[in-house]
Amino acid sequence: MSDRFELRRVVAPTLMLLVMAGCGGGDGGGTSGGGEGGAAVENPVDAATAGNIAGSIAFEGDAPSMAVINMASESVCEDKHTSPRMIEEVVVNSNGTLANVFVYVKEGLESLQFPTPGAVLLDQNGCVYLPHVLGVMAGQDITIKNSDGLLHNINASPTEQRGFNTSQPVAMETTRSFGTPEVMVPLRCDVHGWMNAYVGVLDHPYHSVSNGSGAFDLSTLPPGDYVIEAWHERYGTQTQNVTVTTGETAEVTFTFRASMAQNAVVPLGTAIDFHAIAEAS
Amino acid sequence: MSTTTATETHAGTAEHHELGFIRKYIFSTDHKMIARQFLFSALMFLLLGGLLAVMVRWQLGFPGRPLPAFIRWIFPDTMAPGGIILPEFYNSLVTMHATFMVFFALMPLMAGVFGNLLIPLQIGAEDMAFPRINMASFWIMPVAGFIMLASFFVEGGAAGAGWTSYAPLSSSGEWTGVYMGQILWLVSLIVLGFSSILGALNYVTTVINMRAPGMTWFRIPLGTWSLFITAWLLLLAIPILTGGLILLLFDQTIGTAFFRPEGSGEPLLWQHIFWFFGHPEVYILILPAMGFVSEVIACRSRKPIFGYHSMVIALVSIAFLSWVVWGHHMFQSGMNPLLGMTFVVTTVVIAVPSAIKVFNWIGTLWRGDIHFDAPLLHAVAFVSLFIIGGLSGMFMAAAPVDIYIHDTYFIVAHLHYVLVGGSLFGIFAGIIFWYPKMFGRMMNEGLGKVHFFLSFLFYNMAFFPMHNLGVQGMMRRIYDPNQYEFLQGLQPLNTFISISIFLFAFTQIIFAFNFLWSLRYGKVAGSNPWKSNTLLWTTPSPPPHGNFPEMPTVYRGPYEYSHPDVEEDFWPQNVPPAKSEAGGQTAAAPTPEPVPGD
Amino acid sequence: MNFFWRTGMVLAGMLTVVIVLWVITDPSWLDLSWVMPDNVVSTFGPTLDNLWLVILWVTGIIFFATEIVLLVFMVKYRHREGRKAEYIHGNNKAEVVWTAIPFVIVMGLAFYSKGIWDEIRDPSRIPTDAYPINMIATQFEWNATYAGADGQFDTGDDFISLNALHIPVDRPVVVQLMAQDVIHSFFLPEFRVKQDAVPGMITPVWFEATQTGEFTMACAELCGLGHYTMGGTVIVHSQADFQDWLAEQQAAAGDD
Repeated sequence: MSDRFELRRVVAPTLMLLVMAGCGGGDGGGTSGGGEGGAAVENPVDAATAGNIAGSIAFEGDAPSMAVINMASESVCEDKHTSPRMIEEVVVNSNGTLANVFVYVKEGLESLQFPTPGAVLLDQNGCVYLPHVLGVMAGQDITIKNSDGLLHNINASPTEQRGFNTSQPVAMETTRSFGTPEVMVPLRCDVHGWMNAYVGVLDHPYHSVSNGSGAFDLSTLPPGDYVIEAWHERYGTQTQNVTVTTGETAEVTFTFRASMAQNAVVPLGTAIDFHAIAEAS
Repeated sequence: MSTTTATETHAGTAEHHELGFIRKYIFSTDHKMIARQFLFSALMFLLLGGLLAVMVRWQLGFPGRPLPAFIRWIFPDTMAPGGIILPEFYNSLVTMHATFMVFFALMPLMAGVFGNLLIPLQIGAEDMAFPRINMASFWIMPVAGFIMLASFFVEGGAAGAGWTSYAPLSSSGEWTGVYMGQILWLVSLIVLGFSSILGALNYVTTVINMRAPGMTWFRIPLGTWSLFITAWLLLLAIPILTGGLILLLFDQTIGTAFFRPEGSGEPLLWQHIFWFFGHPEVYILILPAMGFVSEVIACRSRKPIFGYHSMVIALVSIAFLSWVVWGHHMFQSGMNPLLGMTFVVTTVVIAVPSAIKVFNWIGTLWRGDIHFDAPLLHAVAFVSLFIIGGLSGMFMAAAPVDIYIHDTYFIVAHLHYVLVGGSLFGIFAGIIFWYPKMFGRMMNEGLGKVHFFLSFLFYNMAFFPMHNLGVQGMMRRIYDPNQYEFLQGLQPLNTFISISIFLFAFTQIIFAFNFLWSLRYGKVAGSNPWKSNTLLWTTPSPPPHGNFPEMPTVYRGPYEYSHPDVEEDFWPQNVPPAKSEAGGQTAAAPTPEPVPGD
Repeated sequence: MNFFWRTGMVLAGMLTVVIVLWVITDPSWLDLSWVMPDNVVSTFGPTLDNLWLVILWVTGIIFFATEIVLLVFMVKYRHREGRKAEYIHGNNKAEVVWTAIPFVIVMGLAFYSKGIWDEIRDPSRIPTDAYPINMIATQFEWNATYAGADGQFDTGDDFISLNALHIPVDRPVVVQLMAQDVIHSFFLPEFRVKQDAVPGMITPVWFEATQTGEFTMACAELCGLGHYTMGGTVIVHSQADFQDWLAEQQAAAGDD
């Protein structure tokens, strides 16, 4: 009687569902894998005429003491450290310089388009992010690696773009990127509240993070006038004007001191340290 | 038999010609076609909900093991990289499994399918009171379903805050990483609510106004009674849900703070609103099945329902009481403990009418003439599994004990015993029993029995041990219980349960095959293959547009089986009494037809 | 008889399937236990377990009675040629009896529960000498916060014990539950303690440990992707050891 039509009415929805499933899922936050940028862009910088900026970040005054991270509840990570780890909010090197300062070209490169570099590694090892501060280009892949084999999540809360909150329950790698320049995007792990990192996203590759000697460098820049900025998570930002000439390296020093703490903007999602709040009030 | 003739019993559409394909099968106002539409859609969603559950159990049975290669490709890296289900995707699976099952499978099956099929036919009406509203009520569902399905494909994935969507987890994507998905979940359910409200309006109006002459309230079959009561619950409960969903949507999108504490909102308010809807909702999910079970048990035991009046009163009592028990979902929520105690009392009391119904079903079987066909088997399974589900509820009703078992697998066991052991088996009974009326053919009895026994076996193997998981303290919605040392020993039992679930899922292929195959090749059914009494079985299978060529008149209740004065063991409601003459001439009954299962 | 053979074969088949799968997956028989685990370590834990047992007995008897009757009826009243069902509409007396008896049973259960519930939950019955600890639940850590040497909370010498709740034995403890982001639930299975931690609320939950040792602390309310790892330890010290631990922590906190 009406049987033929009944069968048809089953087949169509089934096919529809299968097609929808086959079309694959949507992407997670940020973008997963595959740097954007489409067509290959040529590097516009002529190495023969380029110059450099290099320098260091000085720290004046007494280094504030950092709290020790209590990893007792995560023995796998605790066992990986031979000595107790400190919170990395302020890392003053033995030579009186400041590490983990993000230095980048803020103005001067507007007209140029740069190719997107390959992936950069952000490792979670011993329940700490390595490195604590890193710089990428918009669209550049960040390979986030879980070297601990236990649950970490990477919760990115940028303000200029959609963030993401993705987990890694086992040792694995996940690739993400940020599409919009933003200084700085905070990352945190919610499973281990002491874990946090910062990502600086730029539309060019001229960025550097001050190292264990407080040194940074921005090399192979086209000659011209630039404004460079140094960012620190507690002490805020400073800028300087620098002129780059062919074949020369311009030396720049930034100085931070403990009293600059009020300049820092506390990013969204920072774990609240009751101890610190109580101390400040 | 789809041509209509112009008679005075015609439904108001004033059609005097053959309906085109679109008007007959797509945008139909005929309640029987709408019932079929609901049936096919709901069964698709039941399949989807089941697949989601299979994935949940894959993770629990084999934690961290990648999905098998043949399905791994479906899932992108944001859900299951390399086939390993991510914790946030697991939370979405759990959420969406329950969402699809409750809202898109069970509710449409209960109210949409059987409300539409049974009510006009059992009360002697030609169609629903508002056929076009009925059509709208169906078509809202695929729209809502599409929105819900779409939520899997947006950035951040599908909602992952549980089907209960507790705030503040659900009020901001900041806590789950799910932004659009949660919004779509809310929008979908807001839309879907209208389907229920419009349907319920129809059912209530139809039952009150369109009963055939002689169909007094206490001659209405229990199938219709249960759907009538359910319709009242829907009418009153769904708007509350819709209101709550809208408030939550505002919190997510326009910065209000109904439930967000940082804006002086109150997370517990969400729970109150949700469960004030949620508890009547669970009775919406089971009362119709109780109605089907009553019909099937009475018919297949050839015996009147034991205590028909009590059964009606029990249905009404359950419906009334369902409004004052919601706090038992919130005993541990931080709600005022004194308030908790009042809910203990109301919750234990609501067990009583349910118990009455169970005793009455057993009483119906007592001294009956029980035919073990597939509908009866499923109906008796409903009773036995509902007993388990109801008794496990007693543990939770005692608030101190609930301290331990709240949010453990004991609750999961309980809810699946009532919703699957209860509602789903009741739905199977109803589908098999009323299939001949819907499609003009019988489902295959042998396959029906195989499906029943395997389902019953695997179902209990899967869900009975969940009580024990709960007693050992295993929490709900847990991606990997092995993270807790005190639960590590439970992994083998979890694997046992998972494999049982897979087998249960596979068994449903038999039902699907039987259903589809019988559409074409099932034995042609006459108008009353089960020898039942209700007006529904006096019509051809399937009934024509308008159902009854002549308005029937009702002379007796629906459960006059094995009446001593009647030679046949059934006595349809519309057969005039022939006892006016001395000598007790047998009352006329339709020609007996072969009954499956004998 | 054909019926019994068929039924017997079906049942035997079902039993075989269960046994085979059980052997393959090899769970422990203990896991099938219907009584509460016997490692209860709080003062009101056993009372709760007793209530469980009472309910287990009552529901167990009802379960076996109804299911067996159901089975017996299925067999006894199955269709056979020449049999007709009895035309019985019901029995009002039976309805009254099986309404009244369940009602009495369930009300008895409710009232039995009340005493225990009040003891555990009534805020006015929290022992006044209970040792206070603030517990701040976040995604996905338990921050057990102790008053410093000054004995006051919200002062500079407070210290946090991450995912580790240290308490003394044989002394009531009151945990003030707070949540920073979403609803979590403070679950101590061996103590029979569970209470939701709701953001915007401070909810007290009290208990008293009866044994020293290390026990489980878990989150029992879905709180996001890390819900399943939001576990911790309850460390019950002897009273003397607890004072030592406190002093040690307070000294360290005071130094910072």
